[in-house]
Amino acid sequence: MIKRDLVIVGAGPAGIAAAISAHESGVKDILLIERDQYLGGLLNQCIHTGFGIDYFKEVLTGPEYADRFIKKLKSIPGIEVSLRTFVVHLTKDKGLTCLMPGRMEVIKAKALIMATGCREKTREMIHVAGTRPAGIFPAGLAQKLINIEGLLPGEEVVIVGSGDIGLIMARRFTLEGAKVKAVIEIQKKTRGLIRNVVQCVEDFDIPFYFSHKISKIYGRDRVEKVDVVTVDENFREVPGSKFEIKCDTVLVSVGLIPENELIEMAGVAIDKKTNSPISKEVNMTSIPGLFVCGNSFKVYDYVDSVSRDSELAGRLAAEYLRGAR
Amino acid sequence: MNKKITCIECPVGCSLSVDIENCKVVNVSGHKCPKGLIYAQNEVENPLRILTTTVMTENLELKTIPVRTDKPIPKTDLFKAMEEVKKIRIKKDVRTGDVIVANFLGLGVDLIATRNS
Repeated sequence: MIKRDLVIVGAGPAGIAAAISAHESGVKDILLIERDQYLGGLLNQCIHTGFGIDYFKEVLTGPEYADRFIKKLKSIPGIEVSLRTFVVHLTKDKGLTCLMPGRMEVIKAKALIMATGCREKTREMIHVAGTRPAGIFPAGLAQKLINIEGLLPGEEVVIVGSGDIGLIMARRFTLEGAKVKAVIEIQKKTRGLIRNVVQCVEDFDIPFYFSHKISKIYGRDRVEKVDVVTVDENFREVPGSKFEIKCDTVLVSVGLIPENELIEMAGVAIDKKTNSPISKEVNMTSIPGLFVCGNSFKVYDYVDSVSRDSELAGRLAAEYLRGAR
Repeated sequence: MNKKITCIECPVGCSLSVDIENCKVVNVSGHKCPKGLIYAQNEVENPLRILTTTVMTENLELKTIPVRTDKPIPKTDLFKAMEEVKKIRIKKDVRTGDVIVANFLGLGVDLIATRNS
C-alpha cells in the first residue's frame, strides 16, 4: 500500500485548482488522479468562449481556461499527476483502489479531495414514450463527438431541454451544417443563460418552443420523428396540441447529476435528490478530511466559481493535514 | 426607431434599449457596463461574433484541434468561415495561441489554436 498526504481524484478545473491551492498552502506530497488521458476534464470539449470573465478578466474558451491552470500545475514539481487511472473503490479511512494501465494499486490518503464532476441526465430520466432507436444523445456526449472526435452525430436535430450545453450544441450543429429543427423546453423560460439563447438559437432562427415537451420518439433503427405537445401549468399535455417533427437525432439537455458513487461507497451522507454530499459548508462532507469540490459538490453555472471554491478545498485539506481541522 | 436587444458580452445579459436613426445608434440605455454600449452599436450596425470551431488533424494524437478567431468577425461571414475551416488540416504540433491561418478570409483576424496538440 502506498501512503500519500493528499490525494485528489479528478483533474478537471476543480481538481487542478485544488491541487495548486493545496500546494500553495504548504502540502508537499500531492497525487492528482485522472481517469482520462488528458488534464482539463470537461473544459477540453467546451470550445466556445465565455470562460474566465470573472477569474482572469478575459474572455477565454474552455481549453484556453484549462491551459492556464495546466501550465501552472506542471510548473509545480511537488504535484504528481497519474493519468489513465480509475478509482474503483473507496473506503471510509480514505483507501483508494486504483486501476491503471497494466496494474492495480491501493493508495492510502491522509486527506482526500474528490473532484469527480458530473454526468448528464439521460432520456430515461425524463420519461419519453416511444422506441429506443439510435440517434438519442445527451447533449454533452454529442459535444464530445463533434469537438473531440471530429464526428457529426446527426443531420436533423431536435433538442430537448434548454440547458446551456443544449443551447451551445444548437449553434455547434448548425455551424457544422446540420439542421436544428427545434429546441423544446417544458418550462416557460430557458434554463440556460440568456446570452446563449441569443447567440446560439436566435442568431440562427432556430424555433424555440417553451411550455412544450416531446411526448413520443419514433424510429426502428434510427430516430425518424418525434411528437411534440403543448403542456399546461402542471406540465400535462394539452389535448389536441400535438404536432410532429421529422428528425434523425434527439439531444437531451435536461441537467447534470453529481458523480458521487465513490464517496457514497465510503459512507459519506448523500442527498438522494441531488446526489451531492449533505453538508453545511462548501466542500465539506460527513467524513473528516474527505472533501468534495467542483460540480461533484454542487452543479455550478460558471467554471470561474468552480476554480475559486476548489482553491478553498485545497486550503481546507492543508488545514486538516496541519491538524487545524 | 427603438430596438430591444440582449447584450451577450457576459453572463449578466443586460436588456438594452437602443434608439436608432438612419441605421445608426443614437442612444443606448439599460447597460450595466461600457461593453454594452459597444455591443449595441455593433449589433445594430454590423453584428460581430467570435467563431469557435475545430480543425481536423492528420497524424497527430488529437483528432481535432479547437480554434477561434482572435477577434470577432461579421455574423454574416460565419458560414463562409466554416466552409474555409473544413478545408484546413493541421499536420504539425501546435500550442495554444498559435496562428493556424493569418488574416483569415481577409477579415483582418487570425484563426488561432486554443489547445496544445
